[in-house]
Amino acid sequence: MSNADDIFDRVRGGLAAKTLESTVEHGVLAIVVEPAEVAEVAGTLKATFGFDMFLDVTAVDWPDREPRFDVVHHFYSTTDRVRVRVKTRVTAADPSVDTLVPLYGSARYMERECHEMYGIRFRGNDDLRPLLLYEGFVGHPLRKDYPKHQEQPLVPYRKDAS
Amino acid sequence: MNQNAAAGPPRSAAFEYLTTKKDEFVGWARKFSLFPYPFVTACCAMEFMSVSSTLYDTDRFGAALPRFTPRQSDLLMVVGTVAHKQAPILKKVYEQMCEPKWVIAFGVCATSGGFYQNYAALPGIDKIIPVDLYIPGCPPRPEMVIDGIMKLQDRIARDRHPIVNQDF
Repeated sequence: MSNADDIFDRVRGGLAAKTLESTVEHGVLAIVVEPAEVAEVAGTLKATFGFDMFLDVTAVDWPDREPRFDVVHHFYSTTDRVRVRVKTRVTAADPSVDTLVPLYGSARYMERECHEMYGIRFRGNDDLRPLLLYEGFVGHPLRKDYPKHQEQPLVPYRKDAS
Repeated sequence: MNQNAAAGPPRSAAFEYLTTKKDEFVGWARKFSLFPYPFVTACCAMEFMSVSSTLYDTDRFGAALPRFTPRQSDLLMVVGTVAHKQAPILKKVYEQMCEPKWVIAFGVCATSGGFYQNYAALPGIDKIIPVDLYIPGCPPRPEMVIDGIMKLQDRIARDRHPIVNQDF
């Protein structure tokens, strides 16, 4: 894994000015950046360090914390075979980060899913229609304050249903 | 059999007539000609394949030939979880089936939603369509499915089968 450590050291050095925290957990470099820096950091990772594959974007809801949400991006380098995780913290009042669609086309669908499940807005992604949910669904089901049993049926229930 | 043809009636005359009741006769015919429509959405499908194929073989009960259009089938087998997004499709399939029709909820998800008690899953298909028979289990054993089919057949055999009803 010394190869990976070398790469991580170079990434840390190259992004030191923008990094708030950085750790290596389970062989993955995790760095925390400001929300406004995400697109730029991703661009640097892709152009300078060869992280050419966008793996995932998701969010973590910390209901008692302010800022409330972590937006978590994962990138992979197909030449060096290492992963890097980029986290940023956004507030519940303005849960928005810049889209990565101009860098990675595959971000389009993953941002749609993250948007419907957590309500994270991706500035610049012009297609944030529901992907797994349906039109008319109110709320964001993977937020911690979404009631577990709240249903939004599309077909009215039968009157004599149990 | 009749050994002495000269003394008794000729062979061809045996069982020429049968006395029965209309409901028993129609029920007997209907219970052995169930044409299932497999509305298969999830992992219970594996068990459905197992119970339909050679080893357990629902063909023995006259319920083996799946029709892949609801208009030709009279037994709707809902096999697997139905999500809220899918509920309109299930409702439409049910409405396309001609009378007489029966519905089996196959597996615990179709019965009650199972462990999917959340925003996505319909908590039992009986919320939107009437269900005749519930087969619990995750997935149900083939023996349970066969037992369920036999129970439904018993019910069909005992049921009233009006030739003329309020729609006709």
